[in-house]
Amino acid sequence: MNSRLTNYLPVLVVGLLALFPLVESTFYMQLLTKVLIMAIFAMSLDLLVGYTGLVSFGHAAYFGLAGYALALMSPKYEAVSLWWSLPAAIGVCALFALITGTLVLRTRGIYFIMVTLAFSQMLFFIFHDTKFGGGSDGAYIYVKPAMRLGDAELANLEKPEHFYWLVLFLMGTAYVVLRRVLGSTFGRALLGIKVNEHRMRALGFPVFRYQLASFTLSGSLAGVAGYLAAAQYGFVNPEILSWHQSGAVLMIVILGGMGSLYGAVIGAFAFILLQEVLSNQAWFGAAAKHWQLVMGIFIMLIALYLPQGLAGLLRQFCNKSAVKTVDE
Amino acid sequence: MCGEPILQTKGLTKRFGGLVAVSDVSLDLYVGEVHVVIGPNGAGKSTLTNLLSGDLPPTSGEVMFEGRDIAGCSSDHISRLGIGRSYQKTNIFLPFTVFENCRLAAQSRTPHALRVFHRAEEYAEINRLAEQAMVVTGLGHRAERIAATLSHGERRQLEIAMCLATKPRVLLLDEPLAGMGPHESQRMVELIKGLTMDHAIMLIEHDMDAVFALAHRLTVMVNGEVLASGTPEAVRSSPSVQLAYLGGEELLHD
Repeated sequence: MNSRLTNYLPVLVVGLLALFPLVESTFYMQLLTKVLIMAIFAMSLDLLVGYTGLVSFGHAAYFGLAGYALALMSPKYEAVSLWWSLPAAIGVCALFALITGTLVLRTRGIYFIMVTLAFSQMLFFIFHDTKFGGGSDGAYIYVKPAMRLGDAELANLEKPEHFYWLVLFLMGTAYVVLRRVLGSTFGRALLGIKVNEHRMRALGFPVFRYQLASFTLSGSLAGVAGYLAAAQYGFVNPEILSWHQSGAVLMIVILGGMGSLYGAVIGAFAFILLQEVLSNQAWFGAAAKHWQLVMGIFIMLIALYLPQGLAGLLRQFCNKSAVKTVDE
Repeated sequence: MCGEPILQTKGLTKRFGGLVAVSDVSLDLYVGEVHVVIGPNGAGKSTLTNLLSGDLPPTSGEVMFEGRDIAGCSSDHISRLGIGRSYQKTNIFLPFTVFENCRLAAQSRTPHALRVFHRAEEYAEINRLAEQAMVVTGLGHRAERIAATLSHGERRQLEIAMCLATKPRVLLLDEPLAGMGPHESQRMVELIKGLTMDHAIMLIEHDMDAVFALAHRLTVMVNGEVLASGTPEAVRSSPSVQLAYLGGEELLHD
């Protein structure tokens, strides 16, 4: 019964989320859109951190790069087609991940953290200090991408509920695809590398190639999230490439629990909603300005008392052994 | 003895700075034979294994596998050529089940990495190899156990099982009996005997009963050098070996 519950729970959750626009106001819908975009971003990082054993502290590079790609591809007062701009943005991220991956994957541990950070900072300063992407002011995307099929409009992304459904669909798809990938021989090899890289090599696995594939896949998926985020806000600036952003998504993964995929989704909900609540001036007045302090304490407590994150808490409720669920 | 050696080293040397860990070692491995390497701690036995398995690149010398020089190749490449190794210090995937440990090892033989939408358990050939490796090493009844919960002896068995699941033709076994009880040791000796027929085995071992029960050829290493090599009887009666083992190492340097 428990395994059935864990199988159908994601479907149930996505189903309920899909109904949300029918009952709620635009404000909460947009907030939830933001949560789901961060969930995609966090899942992409979990593939690296939780399943390949690589802690990247520069994941905002791919998120921001895709955002800038959309901004630069969009004509000023017209919509760009989603059909080619999304794959193009993903392609740019995949290429950048492939190139940086071949370099950063020669390092491990703390050095890997530093080198990934260095690459994302490099990108940050390229966009910050050149006029190419609007410098420190950033660039606007006045019209959201269009989803047309011939003459018919499949969805109007200017409508918040249409945009929300697209994001939900992409998040669900990303979850299902990653689940399948992680359950395949490729995914098992990644887990093996995370647990014991040396032995994997001795068993004949070309470890570097597996890690590079994982790194590229992860960067591409972060690109999907970055594209959607840029489309939602209608502008990009160098902040989406900054290390704050890399730190935030890492915290989401840790908060939710590494190496479970749904932990990344739970973490995104917890982090964004908590941020929203704690910074609400109507409720907390002057203290709202210091929401990061409370958030910091909260994350420290989670790290201390729930090393498996919120997903671990959920598993305890479902009364399943941690190892079994991770293996699924 | 049985035609060409499958693995052969010539003048194999490894230096770590000023220290010569392995010096000018030449030895041959034949299919159907167990070649045992003995020697005191620090003699360079494990370093020799690391040179053959690609964990370390040699400083100089050749490692010929089926007639081609593989010295300096990466360990994953050497493993795929058909040279498997087990570790002195157990080196397994502790959070995985015994079956998954063996399945992963067997998976390395089949290039399915890009079929990312097939479940890992759907490959009959991989599963068969994994099952076979578990049964041969006596772990068949432990398939679903998490490796971290196994006893020391069982972990040593799993170490060998993973190696076998990669279908190697050369086995490099680094002290497989280390820390085992007499009963477990006996089983391991029987297991290695059973593997001899279709593998070339290099065995590093301290347990002299096991050494003489298994060895077709025996090489004694001291301070990185081969002191004596040949049939067990010949090595046993060699004066220099008797001096090294009975008189202590210091005598050799006087």
